[in-house]
Amino acid sequence: MRKVLPGFGITLGFTLTYLSLIVLIPLSALLFKTMSFTWEQFEAAVTSARVVASYRLTFGASLLAALVNVVFGLLVAWVLVRYEFFGKKLIDALVDLPFALPTAVAGISLTALLASNGWVGQIFESWGIQLAFNPTGVVIALIFIGLPFVVRTVQPVLEDTEKELEEAAACLGATRWQTFARVILPAITPALLTGFALAFARAIGEYGSVIFIAGNMPMVSEITPLLIVSKLEQYDVPGATSIAVVMLAISFSLLLLINALQAWQRARSGSPA
Amino acid sequence: MSIEIRHIKKNFGDFKALDDVSLDIDSGELIALLGPSGCGKTTLLRIIAGLETADQGTIAFSGEDATHVHVRERRVGFVFQHYALFRHMTVFENVAFGLRVKPRGTRPDDAQIALKVHALLNLVQLDWLADRYPAQLSGGQRQRIALARALAVEPKVLLLDEPFGALDAKVRKELRRWLRRLHDELSVTTIFVTHDQEEALEVSDRVVVMNHGAVEQVGAPQQVWEAPATAFVYGFLGDVNQFKGQVSAGQMRIGSKKQQVFLPSPDYMQSDALPAVAYVRPYDFDVRRYSPDDEGIVAHLERAVVVGPIARMELRAPVEGGLAGAQLIEAQIPASLFHQEAFTEGETLVLAPRRARVFAGAAQAGFARP
Repeated sequence: MRKVLPGFGITLGFTLTYLSLIVLIPLSALLFKTMSFTWEQFEAAVTSARVVASYRLTFGASLLAALVNVVFGLLVAWVLVRYEFFGKKLIDALVDLPFALPTAVAGISLTALLASNGWVGQIFESWGIQLAFNPTGVVIALIFIGLPFVVRTVQPVLEDTEKELEEAAACLGATRWQTFARVILPAITPALLTGFALAFARAIGEYGSVIFIAGNMPMVSEITPLLIVSKLEQYDVPGATSIAVVMLAISFSLLLLINALQAWQRARSGSPA
Repeated sequence: MSIEIRHIKKNFGDFKALDDVSLDIDSGELIALLGPSGCGKTTLLRIIAGLETADQGTIAFSGEDATHVHVRERRVGFVFQHYALFRHMTVFENVAFGLRVKPRGTRPDDAQIALKVHALLNLVQLDWLADRYPAQLSGGQRQRIALARALAVEPKVLLLDEPFGALDAKVRKELRRWLRRLHDELSVTTIFVTHDQEEALEVSDRVVVMNHGAVEQVGAPQQVWEAPATAFVYGFLGDVNQFKGQVSAGQMRIGSKKQQVFLPSPDYMQSDALPAVAYVRPYDFDVRRYSPDDEGIVAHLERAVVVGPIARMELRAPVEGGLAGAQLIEAQIPASLFHQEAFTEGETLVLAPRRARVFAGAAQAGFARP
C-alpha cells in the first residue's frame, strides 16, 4: 500500500540510528561494564543496606517532590493562565529559572537559606524543625528543580480548555468546586500526568543541588546518584554501574507505568490515539 | 416563563455591544434573535443566561427581578454554538451531569437519573449512543446531545447560541424542523440566536432583528418579512438593490434629469424634496429589451446565470445615466422567460421596478450595502 506521507523509511532509519548512538550504546556500555561482576557480586553490590537505603530516599523523595509539584505546579499554571496581574510576565519567566540555573547554584542557595542559621532555617529551627542536611532538605531541593516541568506541561492545556465548558457546567447548576473537580481536572489530567512523570524522572536523576543540602549521611540522607559517584571515585566501576543498572531498570519501569496510565486515560476519554 | 428585558446596556471597552435594549418575551414563545455578526445578539442571550452582566438595565423572569441572580440559580438551559460537551464523559454522563451536581438533598438516585437520561436521549432520538464519547459523534448528534443535557435540569428558559451554525446545510434544515417540533412538544420559552434569516423566519414565533446593539424590529416572521420597519431590516432579510434619489409628493425620483424613473412612495406625501433611498428586491424588476421611449433603468447585462428555475442577472447602469455612477444591479427573472427572450450578455436592457420600498431621512441610515 502506498503511503501518503513520504519518507517513512529514511526517517525511521535515522531515528533508530540516532537513538542508538545517543541513548542505547551508552546504556549498553553500562550493562557491559556490569558484566565483569559475577551474579553474587552484583547482588551484594545492589542490595547492601546502605544502597537500599539510598534507593528508598531517591525514589521516595522524588515521588513526594513530584506529587507536591503536581499540586503547586497546577496552582501556578492556573494563576498564570487565568488571571491578569502586574508582573505576570516576570513570574512567568521565573518559573523557568530552575531549568536554567546550574543545579549546584540552586543547591548552595537553598542550603544557605534553609540551614539552621539561614533566613528561613532559623524560623523553623525555633519550632524544632530542621530543613537542611536531612531527607526534608532533599525533598525541598527536588521540588525546586521539578516545578517548571509541571507548570510548562499543564499551562498550554489549561489555556486551551474552553471557557464554554465551565459556563456549560455553571448553567447546569454546578458549583465552582464541582466544575473544577468534574470538568477541568479530568481535562488536564493527561497533562498533569506528563508533568508528574517529567518532574519525577528529573528528580530521580538529580545530583548537583541535592548533594549540598542533603548532608549525605549514609543510611539517612544519601541519594543513589551520590553513591554511584563515590563508588566511581574509589575506582569501583562495576560497583557503580551495578547500582546504575538497577536505577535504570526501576526508572524505566516507572515511566512505562506512567505511560500506560496515560494511554488508559486517553482510551477512557474516547479520543483517538 | 415570561422574560422582561428593560433598558439593557453593555459596553466592551469602547464598543457598545448593547445600547438600551428592551424586550418582552411571553411564556412558551420561540424567539429568534436575528442580526449580522457583532450586532449584540449573542451578548443579549448571554446576559439573559447570566453568563454576562449588563452595565445597566434589568432582567426579570415572570416578573421577578433576576438581574443579580447567579447563572447557577437562574435555571436556564444554554446550548453553545460549539456544543461544549464534556469530552471525558460518555453521552450518558454528559446528560446526567446536571442531575449529578445537584445538592445532596434534591439529587435523584442512580436509578432515577438513568430513567431520566434515557428518556431525554429518546426525546432527541439518540438513546443508542448513550455509551459513546462526544468525539465519536457527528456534529448534528453532538448538538442534540447538548440540547438533551440542557433539558435535563428542566430549565425555565432554553437559550441557544447559533445552534446550527457549525453544521452543514442539509443537517441544519433537518435540525431546524426538529427544534420546532420539540418546542411545540415541550413549550418551554426558547430564545435562539442566528444570523441566518431563513432559519429565523422558518422556525420562530417572533423574530427580533438587531443591528449595532439595538433592536430594529420585533414581529412575527410574516410581518417582519412583509413590512420591514427600517431600511436595515429590509436589506438584511434578503438581497436588495439600493437607489439613491429624492422623494416628494408621494413620488420618488431616481436617476438623472435625462433618464428619470419615478417610484410610488405613499409614505412621503410632503411637498419639499427629501433625500431618500429606494430598495428593490432582485425579483421585483420587469426586464425588457431596450427601446428609447421605454421608462425604466437602462443597464448593460454583464452576466447571466441560470440556476434551476431562476435566471440571475448582473447588470450595470452606465455612468452617463447618472444612477450613482456605474451601479451594479442584481435582477432575477424566471428561467423560462429568460430563455424565451433570449437575452445575451452585453446587451442593453431596461429594468422597470414593479415594487420598491422607499426610506427617507433618518430611516434610510443604518443599512449600507456590504
